[in-house]
Amino acid sequence: MTVVSVRHAAVGYDGREILHDVSLTVQAGEVVAILGANGSGKSTLIRTVLGLVPLGHGEIDLFGTPQRKFRDWARVGYVPQRLGAGSGVPATVGEVVASGRLARRGIFRPSGAADRAAVRDALTAVGLLDRINDPVTTLSGGQQQRTLIARALAGKPDLLVLDEPTAGVDAASQEAFAAALGRFAGDGGTIVLVAHELGPLRPLIDRAVVVHEGRVAHEGVPPEPAGHHAEPDHDHVHPHAVQPSAGICVAPADRIAAN
Amino acid sequence: MIRALLGALIIGLAAPALGIYLVQRRLSLIGDGIGHVALTGVGVGLLLNQSPVISAVIVAAIGAVGVELIRERGRTSGDLALALLFYGGIAGGVVLVALSNDANNNSLVQYLFGSLITTSPADIGVIAVLGAAVLIAMLVFRPALFAVCNDEEYARVSGLPVRALNLLMAVTTAVTVTIAMRTVGLLLVSALMVIPVAAAQQVTRGFRTTMAAAMAIGLIAAGIGVVVSAEADTPPGATTVIIALAVFVAITVGAAGLRLVRRRAQPPREVEPPDVVLQEA
Repeated sequence: MTVVSVRHAAVGYDGREILHDVSLTVQAGEVVAILGANGSGKSTLIRTVLGLVPLGHGEIDLFGTPQRKFRDWARVGYVPQRLGAGSGVPATVGEVVASGRLARRGIFRPSGAADRAAVRDALTAVGLLDRINDPVTTLSGGQQQRTLIARALAGKPDLLVLDEPTAGVDAASQEAFAAALGRFAGDGGTIVLVAHELGPLRPLIDRAVVVHEGRVAHEGVPPEPAGHHAEPDHDHVHPHAVQPSAGICVAPADRIAAN
Repeated sequence: MIRALLGALIIGLAAPALGIYLVQRRLSLIGDGIGHVALTGVGVGLLLNQSPVISAVIVAAIGAVGVELIRERGRTSGDLALALLFYGGIAGGVVLVALSNDANNNSLVQYLFGSLITTSPADIGVIAVLGAAVLIAMLVFRPALFAVCNDEEYARVSGLPVRALNLLMAVTTAVTVTIAMRTVGLLLVSALMVIPVAAAQQVTRGFRTTMAAAMAIGLIAAGIGVVVSAEADTPPGATTVIIALAVFVAITVGAAGLRLVRRRAQPPREVEPPDVVLQEA
């Protein structure tokens, strides 16, 4: 079954075209990485698929339904790049993750036992159940990112869409992230993720789509690195990048197993 | 006096219940702007010899929906458009009130700063019904409104009716501002939406607890405010706001003191081993 079908999509803001004639098909159970440099249009592509950016030309189907008519949004779990602009009002991890149940429950029905169980399951999957009552602002960047994936998982989606999930995330969180995504894919879930570098997610990826200047430049197996720094999109952003200082030799954290 | 107290208590509960969403979206001052627009509604009501509360609700709701539509577009000129709307609102209100039969400074000041004696039995009925409606809407739709205010894009992808929820918030803001104008006044109503929330979040950890605490603080400040203003013969709105501010200061200072005591009592936290291999060169 085709989960995402993009045919000849063109997207532009303010008269400037960002995506030109992009086509992409994702089958059920696939894990697809969309790679590309900053400004290549890779985030715009998934934001268009989700309906956050209006489609200029072309067609998009989700689960076989034209996106315009698609209403079954509970089947889609979206993980944005970061937590929405933190306001002063505190919110606990559990409250943020509970937002992920609204797509299933609707806005009129109050939260029930099934919702609470789903929130706890999702937090267990990302290893943050012990933080359920903590304010999200007290979490590290990587833990906040895991909270967002838990929010998406809480809705029990069939498709996960992630926008640069590992950008600036510490190594321990990247591993926890990869494990949670691995379980989701193992249960038959479909994943589309936008990434700058794949890191620990690489073994999960079935197919990579490289977007360059608003067009699909490469599609197939993830480009194999010849040496760690040969990845086409590598830009030296490492988790926990520590400035080497005199007398101390710092090994790159992304080559060392967490803990 | 009893009527004024009842009206103030309803507003003390409803204003922070709505205000927490406005603070969460960084729209703390929107209530103030809508208050300016509502003044035009008061002017229209006085001019037509109709109930100024009803006409103010209608005009403020139109203004609030307009503000929301401008915000939704996200244009940079939105800020300027809001300013035009707000100043147009207050200027229109002043001119219309002056043109009406009821023209004297007193009536204008009553609406701007609130008054104990202006709350009529008919008014209290309107305040009770509309206040209860705002409160119920804010409590019933709390998960959905929280989702929209916390992360609007995520709410959109979840298939939530984001525009309808935003318009609901715009209209309830207008309603709250208008029903509060009799007791607190149009220029101070925003304070009752924001200050209890600001006070509560000094000590709370979650959204739900913040909302409950803010409503409790709003209720207490409004109740004490009306009683004190009757005793000391001060304007009730300003008195209530000063009490709410005093609560804010007391909680802030108290929380800071508590944190200091706890930190001294607690042993220093264990430091996690580093993720990287550290070697002497």
